[in-house]
Amino acid sequence: MDLIAGAIVEAFRLIASLDRYVFEIVLRSIQVSGGALLLAVVVGLPFGILLGVGRFPGRRLLVAITYTGFALPPVVVGLFVYLVLSREGPAGALALLFSPTAMVLAQALLAAPYVAGVSLAAIQAVPPDVRLQARALGAGRGRALWAHLREARLGILAAVIAGFGAVISEVGAATMVGGNIIGETRVLTTAIVLETRRGNFETAMALGFILMAIVLTVNVLLTRVQQGPAWERTATERPWA
Amino acid sequence: MGADGHGAALGVSALLAAEGLTRRYGERVVVDVAHLAISRGEVLAVLGPNGAGKSTLFRLLLLLERPDAGRVLLDGRPVEPGDENARRRLAGVFQRPHLFSGTVRDNLRFGLAAAGVRRSEWRARTDRVAGELGLAGLVDARVGRLSGGEAQRVALARALVLEPDVLLLDEPTAGLDATIRRRFREELGGVLRERAGAVVLITHDAADAFDLADRVAVMEGGRIAQVGTPEDLTTDPATPFVAAFTGAELLLDGVVETTEEGTVRVRAGDARLVARAPEPALEPGTAVHVRYRPEDVTLAPADVPDVSARNHLPMRVRSTTPSGGLIRVRLEGPIELAALVTRESAERLGIRPGAAVTALLKSTALHVYAAHR
Repeated sequence: MDLIAGAIVEAFRLIASLDRYVFEIVLRSIQVSGGALLLAVVVGLPFGILLGVGRFPGRRLLVAITYTGFALPPVVVGLFVYLVLSREGPAGALALLFSPTAMVLAQALLAAPYVAGVSLAAIQAVPPDVRLQARALGAGRGRALWAHLREARLGILAAVIAGFGAVISEVGAATMVGGNIIGETRVLTTAIVLETRRGNFETAMALGFILMAIVLTVNVLLTRVQQGPAWERTATERPWA
Repeated sequence: MGADGHGAALGVSALLAAEGLTRRYGERVVVDVAHLAISRGEVLAVLGPNGAGKSTLFRLLLLLERPDAGRVLLDGRPVEPGDENARRRLAGVFQRPHLFSGTVRDNLRFGLAAAGVRRSEWRARTDRVAGELGLAGLVDARVGRLSGGEAQRVALARALVLEPDVLLLDEPTAGLDATIRRRFREELGGVLRERAGAVVLITHDAADAFDLADRVAVMEGGRIAQVGTPEDLTTDPATPFVAAFTGAELLLDGVVETTEEGTVRVRAGDARLVARAPEPALEPGTAVHVRYRPEDVTLAPADVPDVSARNHLPMRVRSTTPSGGLIRVRLEGPIELAALVTRESAERLGIRPGAAVTALLKSTALHVYAAHR
């Protein structure tokens, strides 16, 4: 009991004192997972849209593969990226192993299936007649697709939230390709593992609190966007569509 | 429109036409329309049961789907799904409203933005149509708050603001309950003609078709079974399907006995009926269906003297049931018949179970078809 109480006190002390070590780790976590999420959205969302609205041979297989990606073990993804980026690997010349970039790549691989899979489900939940109805009102393909995606927007944001969840709490891939180098690739999850092993439970616990605070804050923000009025703007206000 | 009901079919003036239009899904031919045309100012209903290919025809005419064969003509010029300018002269309203989230006004503006109508015109056009369809008080309402009838009207208004050359409606009253449906139909009639060059109304509801349309095309198994005015279809249905589908027709089975000039004599049950001869003529001995409408059966006292109707049959009342404002009378005798009579004449004739009456049927009210059709 003392241990936990002490850990909590220490956690708040570390947070309140803006400890440099902690501050760096938090910043690196946000950079890596933010970058990974951005990359996952850039790649996963168009893929999800393609699978959600497209009809082409092999589509079902791609959908199944996408959903299989939900269950990708982070250590396996980490191993894969490790091999690709290792000195003898196909991308070894880039010397990216044990860098934040490597972590971004690995985590993006983990998050992309969530972004693609959840948005694809959301897009498919909208009746396809919505797009046809938009076309029947004179909309071109782009505008009709936009009208369809707009109706799926809550689900698409849920896809982003799911993708974020897949990376921010992930430790396996981050350790394997990042290496947990202090000041470079040490992030909250890898630091928690390390501090726990060292017996620094207070620090580990403090980092755990911070991690959860970040997750909560980001999700509150994303949910506000999802449920809030900004998304209620209309399809007519997209001149490019 | 010609008196024969085929005005647009003769066609130089056709605004929108389909020629040899075929659409297959796998092996199944869903649409096979040899010819269908609609003139400016006309309301054409395409009437048929579920699965007749109506909705596919709707998408083909709207240039949303490519036919496997045949073509769609706009002002006599062939047009294709890729032709955006042609597509913008058409507007379609799907069976379900599929409103876009946002306000009613946002929805009304959707097509205007898509068509590149100048922003300065948006307000006037949306306000005008909203007013005409009784939506003036709802333009700023969010679509999630609308009732089913309101949503349906918004869906219609959204197409009407475009002032299309041809407005196509797929089952516009299908999702509505009976009362709202009647009112919607009344409102629809006026506004449609005002705001659209021509209207194609897809429906499985004969009441929609007959109330709103100048001509009705009856669709069966992907083909157009008959095109004509509502009057044509009820007085001279070309096939049993049309007969059954355009009114509540009832059926008797019989055999042709003789064919005389213009009439055919059919034995049905223990009765001999005289009907107008169908074309082509039927050989004696041919098994036939004889169709009639209960409202064409006139009831007279059992001892009625001479009457002009070709068929008069001694009948006994088996049962009576109220049907709308009328009374449906089931009769037994040489054949079984049903008749629709007013309460007043039921009283006058003393119609009650067991009562004897004479059933009168004009030969023109009986439609004879070969049974194998």
